[in-house]
Amino acid sequence: MIEQEWAIVLARAQFAFTVSFHFLFPAFTIGLASFLAVLEGLWLKTDEGVYANLYRYWLKIFAVVFAMGVVSGIVMSYQFGTNWSVFSDKAGPIIGPLMAYEVLTAFFLEAGFLGVMLFGMNKVGRKLHFVATLAVAVGTFISAFWILSVNSWMQTPVGYEIAANGQFVPGESWMTIIFNPSFPYRLVHTLLAAYLTTAFIVGAVGGWHLLRDRTNPGARKMFSMAMWMATIVAPLQILAGDFHGLNTLEHQPAKVMAMEGHYQSHPEGAPLILFGIPNSAQGRVDYAIEIPKASSLILKHDLNAPMTGLDTISKADQPPVGIVFWAFRIMVGIGFAMLGIGLWSLLARARKRLFDWSWLHRFAVVMGPSGLIAVLAGWAVTEVGRQPFTVYGVLRTVDSASPLDAPAVAASFLAFIVVYFSVFGMGIWYLLRLMKKPPEAHEPPLSDAPIRTAGLTPAPAVLEGDPA
Amino acid sequence: MIDLTVIWAAIIGFAIVAYVVMDGFDLGIGILFPLFKVGKDRDTAMNSIAPVWDGNETWLVMGVGGLLAAFPLAYAIILPALYAPMIAMLLGLVFRGVAFEFRWRDPVHRAFWDKAFTAGSVIATFAQGIALGALLQGITVKGRSYAGGWWEWLSPFSILTGFGLLVGYALLGACWLNWKTEDGLQRQAVTYAGRLGIALLLMIGAISLATLTLEAQFAQRWLTFPGVLATAQVPLATMLVTFLFYRSLRLKKDAQPFFWALALFGLCLIGLGVSIWPDVIPARVTIWEAAAPHRSQVFMLVGASIMVPIILAYTAWSYWVFRGKVGHDGYH
Repeated sequence: MIEQEWAIVLARAQFAFTVSFHFLFPAFTIGLASFLAVLEGLWLKTDEGVYANLYRYWLKIFAVVFAMGVVSGIVMSYQFGTNWSVFSDKAGPIIGPLMAYEVLTAFFLEAGFLGVMLFGMNKVGRKLHFVATLAVAVGTFISAFWILSVNSWMQTPVGYEIAANGQFVPGESWMTIIFNPSFPYRLVHTLLAAYLTTAFIVGAVGGWHLLRDRTNPGARKMFSMAMWMATIVAPLQILAGDFHGLNTLEHQPAKVMAMEGHYQSHPEGAPLILFGIPNSAQGRVDYAIEIPKASSLILKHDLNAPMTGLDTISKADQPPVGIVFWAFRIMVGIGFAMLGIGLWSLLARARKRLFDWSWLHRFAVVMGPSGLIAVLAGWAVTEVGRQPFTVYGVLRTVDSASPLDAPAVAASFLAFIVVYFSVFGMGIWYLLRLMKKPPEAHEPPLSDAPIRTAGLTPAPAVLEGDPA
Repeated sequence: MIDLTVIWAAIIGFAIVAYVVMDGFDLGIGILFPLFKVGKDRDTAMNSIAPVWDGNETWLVMGVGGLLAAFPLAYAIILPALYAPMIAMLLGLVFRGVAFEFRWRDPVHRAFWDKAFTAGSVIATFAQGIALGALLQGITVKGRSYAGGWWEWLSPFSILTGFGLLVGYALLGACWLNWKTEDGLQRQAVTYAGRLGIALLLMIGAISLATLTLEAQFAQRWLTFPGVLATAQVPLATMLVTFLFYRSLRLKKDAQPFFWALALFGLCLIGLGVSIWPDVIPARVTIWEAAAPHRSQVFMLVGASIMVPIILAYTAWSYWVFRGKVGHDGYH
């Protein structure tokens, strides 16, 4: 490869690395913020101590995750410029305003009320504190709204004109741009994924503590709430994913061909390839286990519907098949495992064994990180499937990068790897340590740093608001 | 007809001012942190900013996000030009941001996270200062993109501005602690504020003189008659503000020195504005050349004019909630 190609490969790797690491945190906090709002709302309504204790328990975890989300997110807002300056120059007039709206309507809201949420309980009172929690939860939702609109516009660009200087400029209607064709599907699919991610982490923590003490009221409550989420949201998510897939088939058929492993066109009904090894050199899937005509049935609702394959797409416009194919199977597999545990918990409830069925709890523990893995796999499908374009069909990735020397990008990429793994590695270890402690009847704001329970504590200072 | 490009330049300018006003002092506390006694003093210093640092840092995102939205060409040229300092700043911010939480989670390694807090704050500040210097000394631009190498930002001048900003943020941090803390820590902060004030004046003088030699445009702006009648007010005001700053320190005022220190920063930014206006990349690209199309400007202006007042209102409320001295047992 010539140096310029290396520079682009490194810039892509760096972006993939930093955005993947970053997204783990908001995927968790979007759901966790809502979960905290529900807990505090239930506490206000019922005055039951268990909700306040769970609130404090999860708030400590939220604070750590949120801090990591913020610092890794700031990196993203700069990286569009540092590494993808041509893309930024060209698409800036469209995506810039949407991201500015994200800052104005979401980031400030979250950051402004986070301080009160974390440290303000004994300063503002329970009701106003609940407002702060709600503001943070709503902020995470608004943030997802705008950034997914940006991403969706890059996937399905509409409502733009190309100016004389080569920039994408907005057409008549911003609504057309914001609510671009893939946006509603991606928004629903991503938000449900965030809720599931949180539910499975909460469920794993609950399951872990039930395995040790099945009478712990906090563990019982969180496990039950998490399993309800799994039961209700997992099937909705599969449905939403199906709609999203049909939308992708309409607007980005090459991505679906890669997901399905359809190198060849199938004029009389395409098979559903369950497993196999994509062989792009030969243009076929080796060792394929497939259900004849099932892909046509799912995607076209007709067994014999003809489906085109990658052989109809010019080589230069094809996404890499391997990553998309595998990531898609990981995501779907996890989705069905989530559905499975949801149904199992329903059975356990019917038999009144929800809190003493150890194998259910063990499975829940194993499924703890499943949401995180599924969202990363899902993003790999949609982002790698968008290649070789940044703005789908219009602006190529190779024409989007900054004019940087490969050594500069290599150095920064290395620095990101070292810093992220060490700093966030430590952070994740702290999270696991917090989760390892069972929720207590009088959940302290922070149990292992006595200095803070004596002083002003940047952890939930709910000492005076103790309900129980 | 109102020129939206000028309005957007003013909004970005406002975001930069807001960032310096709000994040300057909490970075400054990070810079001074190793000088405070381990234990209560450090905890108090940290607690005085824990509830607000995240909101403060959001102005940094606002500044850069606003630049992308309103002046995409400038964003696309400046960030690659400042590649190494920007990456360093981001990594510095990672370390200091997580230190707020991690130092409490892990008492065994608290000394490490305190060091990370300081190192992150120093690196982020120094990188911002270098970025400012690199921007002022000139960036190689060809067509619509940056055309220099990946070390172009490094020069004696940019290192000077890097140190200048370190001194300036440290001064803001010391003044903030004078306002928000008591007893020994406050006395320590006052001592630092007095020394850092002098250091900052020297830095401002050195950077100002050096700036005049960078571009003919700068010297002409500042020194030719009759413009000099207006521009001379900036150094004169700086002297006046310095006098008021030291007077308030001597009178043992809590909040006043902080605001006079901010006024010094304000004058520096006005000076910066005088030098570069109406360029967004000094002596290379004007705000009109870099501006986003009219429709983008209008769309964002609607959001900004509704949201910025709301943001300022709830930010003020959040500061109000945590008003007064921090103390050892929380805010009184």
